[in-house]
Amino acid sequence: MATTTMSDFRIDPVSGLKINRTANKLVQWNAFAAVVFLLVGGLFGLLVALTRMPSVQLLPPELFYMALTAHGLVNLAVWIIFFEMAVLYFLGAHVLGNRLATPAFAWAQFWLMLVGAALVAVAVLGGKSSVMMTSYPPLQAEPHFYLGLILFAVGALIGCFVFLGTLVVAKRDNTYQGSLPLVVFGGVTACVIAVFTIVSGALILIPTFLWSIGLIGSIDPMVYRVVWWAFGHSSQQINVVAHISIWYLIASLVFGAKPMSEKVSRGAFLLYILFLQLGSAHHLLSDPGLSSAWKILNTSYMIYLAVLASMIHGLTVPGSIEVAQRRKGIDTGLFTWLRKAPWGNPIFSGMFLSLVGFGFIGGITGVVMSVEQINMVIHNTMYLPGHFHGTLVAGTTMAFMAVTYWLIPVVFQRKIALAGVAKLQPYVFSLGAWVMSIGLMGAGTLGVQRRHADITFAGQPLAYEYPEIAKGLMDLSEIFGVIMAVGAIMFILVVLASIFTGERIAEDSAPWPKVEDADVTAAKAGNKHIGAWGMEAPGTFVLAMILFVTIVLYYFINFKYLSTVWGLS
Amino acid sequence: MGTSYTPPTNPDWWREPIERTEIWWIVLAFAWCLFMTAWMVGWHFSGTQNMSNETYRTTPEVFSKKVADMQAQYTIRKDTATGEDVVAPPPGSDVYLAAMQWQYRPILELQKGKSYRLHMTSLDVGHGFSLQPENINFQVYPGYEQVTTVTPNKTGTFAIACGEYCGGVNALGHHTMLGRIYVKE
Repeated sequence: MATTTMSDFRIDPVSGLKINRTANKLVQWNAFAAVVFLLVGGLFGLLVALTRMPSVQLLPPELFYMALTAHGLVNLAVWIIFFEMAVLYFLGAHVLGNRLATPAFAWAQFWLMLVGAALVAVAVLGGKSSVMMTSYPPLQAEPHFYLGLILFAVGALIGCFVFLGTLVVAKRDNTYQGSLPLVVFGGVTACVIAVFTIVSGALILIPTFLWSIGLIGSIDPMVYRVVWWAFGHSSQQINVVAHISIWYLIASLVFGAKPMSEKVSRGAFLLYILFLQLGSAHHLLSDPGLSSAWKILNTSYMIYLAVLASMIHGLTVPGSIEVAQRRKGIDTGLFTWLRKAPWGNPIFSGMFLSLVGFGFIGGITGVVMSVEQINMVIHNTMYLPGHFHGTLVAGTTMAFMAVTYWLIPVVFQRKIALAGVAKLQPYVFSLGAWVMSIGLMGAGTLGVQRRHADITFAGQPLAYEYPEIAKGLMDLSEIFGVIMAVGAIMFILVVLASIFTGERIAEDSAPWPKVEDADVTAAKAGNKHIGAWGMEAPGTFVLAMILFVTIVLYYFINFKYLSTVWGLS
Repeated sequence: MGTSYTPPTNPDWWREPIERTEIWWIVLAFAWCLFMTAWMVGWHFSGTQNMSNETYRTTPEVFSKKVADMQAQYTIRKDTATGEDVVAPPPGSDVYLAAMQWQYRPILELQKGKSYRLHMTSLDVGHGFSLQPENINFQVYPGYEQVTTVTPNKTGTFAIACGEYCGGVNALGHHTMLGRIYVKE
């Protein structure tokens, strides 16, 4: 085994981190592949948006279903999981001042995922695998569609074990003292969930692949759904954990904030490990053959303990920012700390927009729609794309973009080019994502079905006409979908311009000024008692109460609506 | 002292007291979690809209025969839109509705305020039952016959759209899949 020497590392002037060069290559390639796939998936998304506008209807149905399959797979899986691999390697190696365990296996991860994604792309673009990203049997895709997914998943699984091995190396080589940093603990949480997720995916996709080449007679559609969603839903929970870790990271980077309580934040991550995966039942609430007891236990994540965890993170992240700001002397009023935050810094603005968007749009709707009974009046309507663009786009993708503005100088050693575009980007992207999500949810509440190439049912004798307002909402939503795409293109332009043309940051250049720990500032200035009402973060508590009241009201509004439809028992 | 990306400065972080903002929020949030769980269970007893989850194994042949028998017995007229049979089974009876590429059949006529045991299955791939404008949505799968007791509470013409992507080509497919239920006084 090769020994590591000092020349394998550099001290990064931007972050002060001790960065292993080999590990950095892998972070770079995974992050770069992620952004390229974001572009590819985003362009398919744009085609979907332009077709869903009743007044435009760009693509004919067959092409629409192909574009929707491609958009779902590329943006839901490929972009996000490549980025998560970059995040895991960054956390395990760079944050801990460590090397990467078994770089050869890490390269195998990268190439397997790339080849897998390419195989799926060939299958989908061939036009004979328009089965949506869920690929429910008995609808059948071409064999290389499933094979590609399997290779991609195996690659990701290898990446998870490289990360775990990297932690072992860090512990053995004493690259850090005491407990793991909170963000790395978050990375471990994401990794544990990822292993569960990918094994579930293998359990169902391997038999489905064998079925597609004729070695297995049939795949039971319900068995497929139960096992597939252990993969499909949990994979989205990896994103939640990853972007929450990024929130904590950015709060520290921008404000010198420390977690309000290590115990509470880590406890909340632990709740995710224990209960988050039960959420796959959310997708099965309107399915036959499963008992209500099973549905209730699972959809509530065992008395909503994973929801509790998200509510905790939703308070502790902005709370830690508030505490830091107050310690630094911005201790007047309820929201002065927030008003005086650096809103022109896309690292912060992106992170905070992600937090608010994820909580208010993705979070509240997710909790309400996963109630067993309410699901009946929401299931598979346009409400669903509305909800998961709130979680995945307004939440996860926005957070990943925000941290990228910090990663480019650290990982690619380039200054951000087109800084003016970068400054605006989080606002454009979030505006698009938020209004689109809310608009789609409105249309879904009025009954518009998802995955429909033509919501007007043109030429059908039994045609149903959705209310005019639903069609108007679809037009409006997708106009903002286009705005969201503009925001994504702005991001990609900034990334490519920075990586290829940005000003180089020499390895021996002077360290960049670091944000001082808020506690250090407070000690210097002698600031001691902070906050109001006996709380260190009263403003955050008020914000949390607004979220709380919103969710309670929205919960009962939905039950009121449910109580007016046909009796069902 | 400390950040989220460095190890906790206090090695005994587990014993640090929790600040009041967090404690109050955790108590409140957990109380809401308990309430939501209890409400979801409670609605099964007090609510009138619940999943039945009564399900049987079936085959396309067996189910098609049940549909045909019901159609032979209870057809009351031809539909003006399609010329097909409109089937009006008596209140309280078992009603059979088949999903297939790309339609829901037969066309049904029910009475407001009366209950029916609605049996559904798919004869080919997975479909979704989406009753509009009520916006009631279920998954429907081949091999599984699910039974839901439905009680229409308003009159009118209701459409069944397909809520799960089920394939197809430009002219005919998931986006053209429809069925119909009439509800009269």
